[in-house]
Amino acid sequence: MKFRVYRYDPEKDAKPYYRDYDVALESTDRMLLDALMRLKAQDDTLSFRRSCREGVCGSDAMNINGKNGLACVTNLKDVKEPVELRPLPGLPVIRDLIVDMSQFFKQYHSIKPYVVNDTPPPERERLQSPEEREELDGLYECILCACCSTACPSFWWNPDKYVGPAGLLAAYRFVIDSRDQDTEARLDNLEDPYRLFRCYTIMNCVDVCPKNLNPALAIGKLKNLMVKRAL
Amino acid sequence: MVMRDRVVVGAHYGWRDWLVQRISAIVMALYTLLLLALLLWHGGLDYAAWKAIFGNGAFRLATFVFMMSLLWHAWVGVRNIAMDYAKPVGLRLAVQTVVIALLVAYAGWTIQLLWGGQLA
Repeated sequence: MKFRVYRYDPEKDAKPYYRDYDVALESTDRMLLDALMRLKAQDDTLSFRRSCREGVCGSDAMNINGKNGLACVTNLKDVKEPVELRPLPGLPVIRDLIVDMSQFFKQYHSIKPYVVNDTPPPERERLQSPEEREELDGLYECILCACCSTACPSFWWNPDKYVGPAGLLAAYRFVIDSRDQDTEARLDNLEDPYRLFRCYTIMNCVDVCPKNLNPALAIGKLKNLMVKRAL
Repeated sequence: MVMRDRVVVGAHYGWRDWLVQRISAIVMALYTLLLLALLLWHGGLDYAAWKAIFGNGAFRLATFVFMMSLLWHAWVGVRNIAMDYAKPVGLRLAVQTVVIALLVAYAGWTIQLLWGGQLA
């Protein structure tokens, strides 16, 4: 199987370049990550992240034939040859397919991704009704692979000011959580023209999410809450 | 010691631009429908129909509201583009000043056209 891979080692290369590979696959190789492991065996200078190999850890997010996705859940039958692999766009490249995710996680942390509740904890747990718990479906499943945020032009332009789809999905997950008491402060935190409202509903986030989540919908709900509160 | 990143949050008007863009879009859509309906009612676009439509004071007022929505809508959009692409503060200020001056001029021109005497 033919591959064309983005290669860059800032310590050695003046500029990034592409290298072509032809990899002999075994009959058991199903996913793109399997092929990448064969590739790594053939050329051990190639660097990429991977861990769980089943779409749970979010480590092997990369740009596959122009679209962000996880190598481990991308079926080899579904990709066209030569498979062009690039690092996630919009973030600084550390080496080859590995990017520096600091900016991404900085935005994630800025929305306080944890339940804030200052009342004394009950003896066992803070209970939710089944309906309240249902509100979190489609929100809590995010694995923070950064496929969505690095596919978002608003995040490319303003990664320091715009929270990005992954962070905003998490923001809504805690705004809507019945156990959280920090809703007002959370909305205050997103009320400027950049942090939430740089989203122009381009919907690349929905298109690429490997977990089939819908950050654009969560962002729309946040905007509605914001306007409702203001009026 | 507990390290705490200070979360810097700027102006609290993000939602306002967002809402203005949506409301002005609705106003423009309604006006477009109204204009199309009036043109159909008058059986096409000739000078007589045009004069009859714009001779109506209420319609001229509606046209004014439409133009104000258009200009405000344009302001929000162009300002967003300037925020994304014109990063140096001086350049952004210059772009925004020119745009504001243009939009205000268009508003004045609209008033002149609608109530300047030619249409009455």
